[in-house]
Amino acid sequence: MKFFFSSGHGACPGCSLPIAVKNVLYALEGKCFVVNPTGCLEIISSQYDRSAWGVPYIHSVFENAAAVAAGIDAALKALGRKDEGHVVVFAGDGATADIGIGCLSGMFDRNHDVLYICLDNEAYQNTGNQQSGLTPPGSNTTTTPAGKILPGKIGRKKDMVAFALAHKIPYVATASVAYPNDIRRKVKRAVEFEGAKYIQILCPCVTGWGINSNETIKVARLAVETALYPIVEYENGELVRVRKIKERKPVEEYLKIQRRFRHLFKHPKGREIIEELQRIADENAKRFGLDE
Amino acid sequence: MVRKVVRGFYAVAYAVKLCRPAVICAYPITPQTEIVENLATMYANGELGNCQYITAESEFGAASILVGASATGARTFTATCSQGLILMSEVLWNAAGMRLPIVMVIANRSLSAPLSIWNDHQDSMAMRDACIIQVYVENNQEAHDMIPQAYKIAENKDVMLPFMVCMDGYKLTHAYEPVDLLEQETVDSFLPPYDPPIKLTTKDPLTFGCYAPPHCYMEFRVVMQRAMMRAKKVMEEVFKEWAELTGRNWGGLIATDYMDNAETAVVAMGSVVGLVREVVEEMRKDGKKVGLVKIRSFRPFPTEELRKVMKDVENIVVFERAVSFGYEGPVSIDLKSALFGHSNAKVYSFAVGLGGRDIPRDLIRKCINNAIEGKVDEGFHFEGVKEFEEVII
Ligand SMILES: Cc1ncc(C[n+]2csc(CCOP(=O)(O)OP(=O)(O)O)c2C)c(N)n1
Ligand code: SF4
Ligand SMILES: [Mg+2]
Repeated sequence: MKFFFSSGHGACPGCSLPIAVKNVLYALEGKCFVVNPTGCLEIISSQYDRSAWGVPYIHSVFENAAAVAAGIDAALKALGRKDEGHVVVFAGDGATADIGIGCLSGMFDRNHDVLYICLDNEAYQNTGNQQSGLTPPGSNTTTTPAGKILPGKIGRKKDMVAFALAHKIPYVATASVAYPNDIRRKVKRAVEFEGAKYIQILCPCVTGWGINSNETIKVARLAVETALYPIVEYENGELVRVRKIKERKPVEEYLKIQRRFRHLFKHPKGREIIEELQRIADENAKRFGLDE
Repeated sequence: MVRKVVRGFYAVAYAVKLCRPAVICAYPITPQTEIVENLATMYANGELGNCQYITAESEFGAASILVGASATGARTFTATCSQGLILMSEVLWNAAGMRLPIVMVIANRSLSAPLSIWNDHQDSMAMRDACIIQVYVENNQEAHDMIPQAYKIAENKDVMLPFMVCMDGYKLTHAYEPVDLLEQETVDSFLPPYDPPIKLTTKDPLTFGCYAPPHCYMEFRVVMQRAMMRAKKVMEEVFKEWAELTGRNWGGLIATDYMDNAETAVVAMGSVVGLVREVVEEMRKDGKKVGLVKIRSFRPFPTEELRKVMKDVENIVVFERAVSFGYEGPVSIDLKSALFGHSNAKVYSFAVGLGGRDIPRDLIRKCINNAIEGKVDEGFHFEGVKEFEEVII
């Protein structure tokens, strides 16, 4: 059988990145070019002589995946090879929201025919769990450690959906590895649009988040069921679909099973952060009409 | 062939067009901007065929776009200098490692701080070790001619490396000079379409830009060095073919004048070569045994050529357009190491015209005379500097 992303790669047991990648590639039937910046996915899959990739793949540097993808798009157009496949980026949250945001803005702005997928594991995981712009408040990372005074990360998670929408690109969505069918449907829908597409997929990281390797999906689902990670879909700037929540769970249920948040339950400022996170979840539920 | 009085930026933009690039990236920076502006005009008028002209969000983005395009099998072009080149540097190192034959023009400009838009070679010198071919041109005809040659060399399967055509900012980019503009048929007969055997394609999925643990990293560096060394031969061949095709012979990795029986060799790169040649000519008329060595290819470095031509000289005068701070001028550093054990010549190195400071004829003559007459010490000197008092606060 033809593989698009083979087993035998080096991800930690229980890592969610391969789940996201396989579902995207499956939806595209492998008809695509993959651009992947430096990060966990790249390191686990692209060692010389043992690449996991069954599709054309390029890694350049950490902060330029969107531009490299734009270059592939331009070349395919210039050489009359557009029918060969879609151009897809798989980039971490750090590569997307922090260091690569300039190139991403340029690619969106020029509206290249590129599907950009942000694999959001909410920190720089490849370098060992340092905070990124997509790390949520209160998270204990190695650069925002919970200490006697500070309760982990101060400040909010960057709103990359709003950033993408501000560029007026035709398709913007979020997803979670807990819902692979939804990922596949969104990918298929996204590539129906000509131009830049952005899908941000929540991808729990076993080691950085401090979760059991058999609880990746459970955690990815709880993020959605607490409304901390709203699942939304925009077409041409219009909100067309959200994932409704039957019985919204309190954020504590999500937080307490992750080592990165555990300190919040005993830290003097922990309560404050938990309340802030609950407020964010409530805002999300209200703003997107998540409660069924 | 049409001879026209054109400015340097037009001469190179026109040559780029004739090479039929598939993807061009543009980002403005003085004094390069007019190169990509001229290409934009050609694009807007439909003169670039199927080419995609991309306005990047930064030079970093421009270089990255070309990495993607080149890996997909497209012939690519961009131009930059100074801060833009330094901003690109991470990507350019990466492009060289991936063996992507991206061709770029560097409109040589100094580096900040202090900010300066004027010419020296500090920007391209900072990219010296990146496994990118660097050729410095003397005038706009040579710049025009170098573009098709650059593609042919860079895309040669024995080479497959990025190529920087370095032309002095303002001094060449903005100078009006008569240039014999190439014909499309001439370039087409010389430069075949770019169709690399290995590229990103869904027909044969390959992994580009792998990561290499210690057990396999070094071999990649070995083949990069080999490619650079092989480039010397390829360059000689392409330069010769060019001379036969156009009747314009620019020389090899170096070009020399008056070096027969010369006791003093004067070494320079870029647009200052024209002035140095005139001074050397005058000094020859005065009976002084002086010769000129123009370094055309700085990377790969013309080690053997320099050894040969410097065999019997007593003095070497180098005009530097950059500084390796904490040591001396980059050209003389490499020259001395090439000559070590092959020559006992005294080497005098003069940094001139940094940040666009004027380089008067008299200064060139004075430097050469002082070296010949032993009025200065061997080693590194700044020349054309005002008297001033340094204040340490
Ligand atoms: C210019 C540059 N700065 C820093 C690094 C080090 N680095 C490599 S991967 C990485 C973190 C990647 O984080 P993210 O993009 O979120 O992907 P993840 O590994 O979490 O999936 C960092 C900081 C680098 N490779 N290049
Ligand atoms: S560190 Fe996290 S994201 Fe990286 S491979 Fe392991 S589980 Fe996956
Ligand atoms: Mg991450």
